[in-house]
Amino acid sequence: MKFSLSWLKAHLDTDASLTEITDKLTDIGLELEGLENPADALKPFRVAKVIEAGPHPNADKLQLLKVDDGSSEPWQVVCGAPNARKDMVGVFGPPGTYIPGSDFTLKPAKIRDVESFGMMCSARELELGEDHDGIIELPADAAAAVGASYADYAQLDDPVMDIAITPNRQDCMGVRGIARDLAATGIGTIKALSIDPIARSGNGPDVRTDDSEGCPAFYGCTVSGLSNGTSPDWMQARLKSAGQKPINALVDITNYVMLDHGRPLHVYDVAKLKGGLIARKATVGEKLTALNDKEYVLDETMTVIADDNGAHDIGGIMGGAETGSEETTTEVLIECAYFDPASIAKTGQKLMLTSDARQRFERGVDPAFLDDGIDIATALVLDLCGGTASEVTRAGTPPTEQRTISYDPKQCAALGGIDVAPDKQKSILEALGFAVDGNWQVTVPTWRRDVEGWQDLVEEVVRIEGLDSVPSTPLPRKAGVAKPTASPEQLAERKARRAAAARGLNETVTWSFISDKEAAPFGGGNWSLANPISEDLKVMRPSLLPGLIAAAQRNADRGASSIRLFEVGRRYLETTEHQTIGLVLAGENRMRSWQAGSATKYDAYDAKAEVLAILEAAGAPTDKLMDFAEAGDHYHPGQSGTLRLGPKKILAAYGALHPSVTKALGLKGSAVAAEIFLDAIPVKKAKGHMREAFAPPTLQSLTRDFAFIVDADLPAGDLVRAVKGADKKLITGARLFDLFEGASVGEGKKSLAVEITLQPTEATLTEEDLKAVSDKVVASAGKLGAELRG
Amino acid sequence: MSDIEAIKEKYLGEISAAGDGDALEAIRVAALGKKGEISLLLKTLGKMTPEERQTEGPKINGARQAVADAIAARKDAMESEVLNARLATEKLDMTLPPPSAPKGSIHPVSQVMDELAEIFADLGFSVATGPEIEDDWHNFTALNIPETHPARAMHDTFYFPQTDDSGMPKLLRTHTSPVQIRTMMDVAKQSDGAGEPIYIIAPGRTYRSDSDATHTPMFHQVEGLVIDKGIHMGHLKWTLETFVRAFFERDDIELRLRPSYFPFTEPSAEVDVGFSVEKGRRIIGGDPRGDNGGWMEILGSGMVHPNVIRNCGLDPDVWQGFAFGCGIDRLAMLKYGMDDLRAFFDGDLRWTEHYGFDALDVPTLSGGVGA
Repeated sequence: MKFSLSWLKAHLDTDASLTEITDKLTDIGLELEGLENPADALKPFRVAKVIEAGPHPNADKLQLLKVDDGSSEPWQVVCGAPNARKDMVGVFGPPGTYIPGSDFTLKPAKIRDVESFGMMCSARELELGEDHDGIIELPADAAAAVGASYADYAQLDDPVMDIAITPNRQDCMGVRGIARDLAATGIGTIKALSIDPIARSGNGPDVRTDDSEGCPAFYGCTVSGLSNGTSPDWMQARLKSAGQKPINALVDITNYVMLDHGRPLHVYDVAKLKGGLIARKATVGEKLTALNDKEYVLDETMTVIADDNGAHDIGGIMGGAETGSEETTTEVLIECAYFDPASIAKTGQKLMLTSDARQRFERGVDPAFLDDGIDIATALVLDLCGGTASEVTRAGTPPTEQRTISYDPKQCAALGGIDVAPDKQKSILEALGFAVDGNWQVTVPTWRRDVEGWQDLVEEVVRIEGLDSVPSTPLPRKAGVAKPTASPEQLAERKARRAAAARGLNETVTWSFISDKEAAPFGGGNWSLANPISEDLKVMRPSLLPGLIAAAQRNADRGASSIRLFEVGRRYLETTEHQTIGLVLAGENRMRSWQAGSATKYDAYDAKAEVLAILEAAGAPTDKLMDFAEAGDHYHPGQSGTLRLGPKKILAAYGALHPSVTKALGLKGSAVAAEIFLDAIPVKKAKGHMREAFAPPTLQSLTRDFAFIVDADLPAGDLVRAVKGADKKLITGARLFDLFEGASVGEGKKSLAVEITLQPTEATLTEEDLKAVSDKVVASAGKLGAELRG
Repeated sequence: MSDIEAIKEKYLGEISAAGDGDALEAIRVAALGKKGEISLLLKTLGKMTPEERQTEGPKINGARQAVADAIAARKDAMESEVLNARLATEKLDMTLPPPSAPKGSIHPVSQVMDELAEIFADLGFSVATGPEIEDDWHNFTALNIPETHPARAMHDTFYFPQTDDSGMPKLLRTHTSPVQIRTMMDVAKQSDGAGEPIYIIAPGRTYRSDSDATHTPMFHQVEGLVIDKGIHMGHLKWTLETFVRAFFERDDIELRLRPSYFPFTEPSAEVDVGFSVEKGRRIIGGDPRGDNGGWMEILGSGMVHPNVIRNCGLDPDVWQGFAFGCGIDRLAMLKYGMDDLRAFFDGDLRWTEHYGFDALDVPTLSGGVGA
């Protein structure tokens, strides 16, 4: 909401400085967002008189002027304005002046071989209007002010404040409401609103409301025999300060009353109406072309104002293009209605149509201001356009019942945290228009629809008293030992994240939404936005990998040779969001080096290594994990796997990405990836601090190696598990350390070598013991078709 | 000089002159072997009178010991020479680069979330979470933002075609405030409506249909919620001051509370933090009234609206408290000096290397929450 200082002072009697006023506005919740003084840009411009005007020697359409701007010597100015002539008074910008409307700085110049210094300016050049047909022509008596600053002369030195109005403060969507709020702070006093009685004659117009829900009250009167023209300078200046373009007197009056009092009105050209005006629900499919020249298709929930020909106004939101007032209008019907805020909001949302009127009506205008509103508007029409006003027809009843709140001044300290003397509280509330009786029954003014309970009253008192004066009060500190405030899942996630970073992975954050194309290889998304910001950010990701793959490619494009990215975030599946760690490894695993030779690419085992390390950090029982396939179609079918706790519970999937997926997502070269499903990891139950009793075994452990020939397609993991399970008591570890395929082991065969660790518990192992274990190992492996290598 | 002394000196001389292990072994055999000169002398002790033994014993034993020690010492010396000679041939160029481990990093958003958890843990707050795909009720209605409320228009909500049980479209949460609702409802349910104190923060992803230089359609927010008895605006102010000062690790940070409006709080306040300019960069803290100083808005807050408490099944006449919400990305930018929000979500490794954090930079109160 923008308004000038002089406009504010039309309602507020104050000696306060501009800074005091703007600080106060922010302090009471009317946040100052901008402050401009149009005079600042106009400072160098002076009132000047043309003392000579003659033809330019080399150009027909140019004149050669001598201009007196109060300087010791007159300026020679080449001027192309048709209205420039001797003795006229205008606005002059001397050389060096910045012209705001044309965005350039004047320099002495030769125009058609004649020197020119400075410029006589048009309204558009000074951003004072649209006129550029000629230079500004001041009244002849302005000659007395030659040399004076034009901004001072034209009283343009009037700072414009721009304040943010929160949705609860409809009452401050008019300058008078802002003045009332400021007055409550003691910075000034509000001037009484005096509305002179209006001479009305003749019956009021035929208006009624058939929609008491959407439009509970519809007041109207006509003014006939008027002549529309331009509005006066003072009104135009105020409208401009508010950012409104003056149009014609009738339109300007409605805008002005809305901005001055927060009271939207509508004016119809009676000549364009047929029959009476009715507030009614629209019919389904009823069409209306609004003032913005767009056609709207209405439905039965929307309120319109209609005559015999049809709807002419989307009630409380926007008038129709057909029946608005024009320069030629001679009789108007002024509508001052009360529209139901909820209906207005719904209609506005449905039509996706916002307007100054809607903003005010949906926030709830003062229902007790209909008579004043229509009188103020009528008086202005009579004053500016002449004519005769009719009586007011009052159809329906506005909801003016006032709310009463039981208040206890102690509640101010209890909720607001600041002790304000009851007398002071009372005076603050009264200054804001509340009525306070002896028992602290507080009656809410009709313009404060937002005030519902005692908490709102506390807010009123505190904001006027000053939130800054609320003293800081430490929160009570709980007695006893501080309890852990992170859940086991959160701790596991933190550890996993930092473990990933410690392993050289770089954490990224990518968008939760991806494109359909990116989601497709991952089974598509279950959640597609109805109103995405773009097709690229549309589908809630079913996997973290598309985002990471895209980030990997961006890095590759920037020349990164080794890309190690991870992200901790959610996957969005049909019913639940799953906290997940995704990682992508692309480019070089190991750089070429003097030790290792040429660079190597990542393979699926690199992904598995990261997965195991991160799972371990997250507290997953990695020794109990089982290798499975079926990592998903986005992985290479032969170079991927899952790690599971039991056949159903998948803790992670990893592998080389399927070449068709990397191709579809635009990743050049191969990449490996993994997803760790954090929410599948069983939460460790807190068992207290005590560990199980433990003493290191006194007997030395020993190792034995076994090499087996097995079928080439036997998973090594199966063999290791079989070997380890051969003697659950003695064998504490089994580790595959060699893999060999070649002619010496036979076609379709491979050799796997496993080192087992034996931990005796009671006595040192004898040769017989070792032989027994060895036999068990060979037997167990034999069940998989493994033969001990000779 | 007695014989024994002469013998000893002879061997010591030979030992020091011995050129290799074999020579040394020959000397040992000659002197200390079974038939060695000194060994034979030792055997003569048995035939001596006790008096003679008294004087000769120590001499002979002394000589034996001296020669044995000298042999051992010479042997050690020889071995070190050999070792040194070998080591001299094993010299490596230690300026060659060793195998390097890749360097990883923690994203600033995660780091700041951990910092917040640490700061608020000290104040007794735990971390709560909730879904990002929300329903209308939790995101709006329960927060006192009914369907026709003008504040809804300010939320630029992303919607889904799917609807919830009441037929309202599902949406992406526009703020972390629905976690307030879920937490209070859980407490109400668990306590049969009696209620109990709540101190939580809820960090997470939030979404608004907004995209320009300073807005991204996805961003991070942290919500704070306190519900207890006798909590008022003064507590809110203290908590925010404590949090902001701890976060930026400066005591000279001023906060300015301005009345504002949020449907879910009453009274409501926007909070500005004072900044100043140090070394040409804008720093939170210092004198906001000084040259180039000023205020910037960093969070919204207020006392939880009684309707919200009631909507969650708690009695607003018993339970009272405050809530606040703050952008995490912005906090990170203000603390660590990034100036481009969009870079947060690009995954540029060069950015990550510059602005990311080491895995072991775990924020702790003892170490200063800022890494």
